[in-house]
Amino acid sequence: MLTRRQLIKTGMAGSVVLLAAGWLATPQPDALVPGQAMQLEFLRPSDVQIIRSIAPVMLGIAGLPLDAVVQGVDRAITKLLPAVQQELRQLFDLLANRWGRRWLAGVVSPWATASSSELAAFLRRWQNSPLLLLRSGYQALHALINAAWFGNPASWGGLGYQQPQQVMGLLL
Amino acid sequence: MSLPDPVAEGVASGWRVLDGAAQTQDLHLTCDVLIIGTGAGGGMTAEVLASAGLDVLMVEEGALRTSRDFRLLEAKAYPELYQESASRKTADKAINILQGRTVGGSTTVNWTSAFRTPADTLNWWGERYGLHGLNPQAMAPWFDMAEARLGIDDWLADPNPNNSVLERGCQALGLKHGRIRRNVRGCWNLGYCGMGCATNAKQSMLVTTIPAALQHKAGLLSRARVERLLLAADGKSVQGAQGSLLRADDHSSSGYQFHLKARHVVLAAGAIGTPAILLRSGLGGAQLGKRTFLHPVSICGAVMSQRIEAYNGAPQTVYSDHFMHTQPLDGPLGYKLEVPPVHPLLVGVTLSGFGQHSAQLMQQLPQLHVMLALLRDGFHPDSQGGQVRLRSDGTPELDYPLTDVLWDGVRRSWLTMAEVQFAAGARQVQVIHEQAPLLNSWREAKEMIGQLPLKPLLARLVSAHVMGGAAMSSQPDQGVVDEYGRHWSLRNLSVIDGSVFPTSIGANPQLSVYAFALRAAHQLREALKA
Repeated sequence: MLTRRQLIKTGMAGSVVLLAAGWLATPQPDALVPGQAMQLEFLRPSDVQIIRSIAPVMLGIAGLPLDAVVQGVDRAITKLLPAVQQELRQLFDLLANRWGRRWLAGVVSPWATASSSELAAFLRRWQNSPLLLLRSGYQALHALINAAWFGNPASWGGLGYQQPQQVMGLLL
Repeated sequence: MSLPDPVAEGVASGWRVLDGAAQTQDLHLTCDVLIIGTGAGGGMTAEVLASAGLDVLMVEEGALRTSRDFRLLEAKAYPELYQESASRKTADKAINILQGRTVGGSTTVNWTSAFRTPADTLNWWGERYGLHGLNPQAMAPWFDMAEARLGIDDWLADPNPNNSVLERGCQALGLKHGRIRRNVRGCWNLGYCGMGCATNAKQSMLVTTIPAALQHKAGLLSRARVERLLLAADGKSVQGAQGSLLRADDHSSSGYQFHLKARHVVLAAGAIGTPAILLRSGLGGAQLGKRTFLHPVSICGAVMSQRIEAYNGAPQTVYSDHFMHTQPLDGPLGYKLEVPPVHPLLVGVTLSGFGQHSAQLMQQLPQLHVMLALLRDGFHPDSQGGQVRLRSDGTPELDYPLTDVLWDGVRRSWLTMAEVQFAAGARQVQVIHEQAPLLNSWREAKEMIGQLPLKPLLARLVSAHVMGGAAMSSQPDQGVVDEYGRHWSLRNLSVIDGSVFPTSIGANPQLSVYAFALRAAHQLREALKA
């Protein structure tokens, strides 16, 4: 269970890491994503880039329709409680911050150019982190991306999943 | 041809149904009995009271969605029909809670498993909590009545292949097992109960008691979030409730308020919602919100050699209580074995691991078998459940600490599930834990499961059964309500939902809620008519 003390410790550890990072090297900033045509309610361009980079690695699928996954993540988040949306805002802001990306996620390259192996290493680190906070960050990304893709009928062909034909024709 | 929608027809025929999102001014209404929540407790109570001629008003935070809205689509159903888009979580996020949020509550989206409250649970409540009037003999007529009302009966069709795996595994290992009774009439055996029943076969509150109550002139206000109860000046009774009307998005406030006045108020908002309303009303009490139970569920997946298409067919028809009845009730946690339906979105978010590994598992979806173990919490002295509290914005959150006694149950249940799946012919088995690989034999599984670290968010735990938090007791200082759900200090307030249970049930709780609701509602009907 995450206690208040652990949270403070985690927060402090994070600050120390960020401060220390300043003395080491300035990570390369993420380039601004060229204008997206999508109508998004929650996600900002920097979040969109993060999802586009992570989703294929998370799902283990190449050639994903990334715009649809991004749309799905956005739609899912808009249905969550404001308190939960706020936590997700913090998560995406942390990942979009080049210091956060470099020193908390451990991703050296900007999201757009990070290699699959670098992204997979990040996901594995957070998945198994001793810090509950980072594990919950991983779980949030896992749930959102999986829900966005497997909730989309475009994914079903690859799974051999089909709705029952005897009733579908009767649904208006 | 299209499928009939009796609820939509009823609304068209002039039922007193108000949609909060359609209101263009504040609402002020008065009634005899205000029922907050329309799930198993609220639905049952509404029919009993409305059919006795009382002026009943039901208020529901979710929307009125009917069979014409149920399209067998997870991406549509979860945001529309579940609390927090089916992603409600305990405070440390370690347990994901599936709970309904629509007219009919969880009964609209449950998997139709109907068990009577186990006799050992009722007897325990008598011994430990002084609730002697709730023994199996005294409760039997209420179970009979609920079963007759909702068509709860043996399911005569064969179990689907997903349930057959559990049955086969139990047979091979000599574990006691049985078939699950279901609340259905004319079921099409589709397998999409969790997304709302498109054929109206499931005898949920949405198609049974709520229409009956509306037929008896009850009112229904949906998309209306109760914020607090209105207390009388003397602080000894309630005058009604107030809250916010919601927009068509089901979530954000429209800016309009509602004020509902009533002679009697029934809280039926579920074991997280009911304590939350009391807390927001400043009605604490030492026991309120505490001892909230979940039947925490551990999960084990298996790849079978043949297609089993676990997304098709009645979702739950076979169970095993072997590990509930072969050990003391208050000893190491017992568990009930069942299977869930396997649909892509739910499985995608539930399977552990990522990347190639999950992709390969997901590609074998038609051969995927998933087993559940429901841990019976609340009996062992170290199983005290969780506590409902409020976030700064007033929304409820359940803090449910994962204790050693629970983790011990999780590990034993993984071992059992893996053994059962291999015994039923599984090719590979994977317990749902971030560090668990696919295992090729029972021997391999036994060794690996013994070593898995037991930490929140490494093991994937879920729950669909929230119980307790406003418990019945025989003494005022030991609970929140009496055995009829009557609040110990507010004389015209009742709690009639799963909040009243002093421990978990040890079985899927819908029928328990129905029976206790009927008993409480009949008592209330007599009291109000007098």
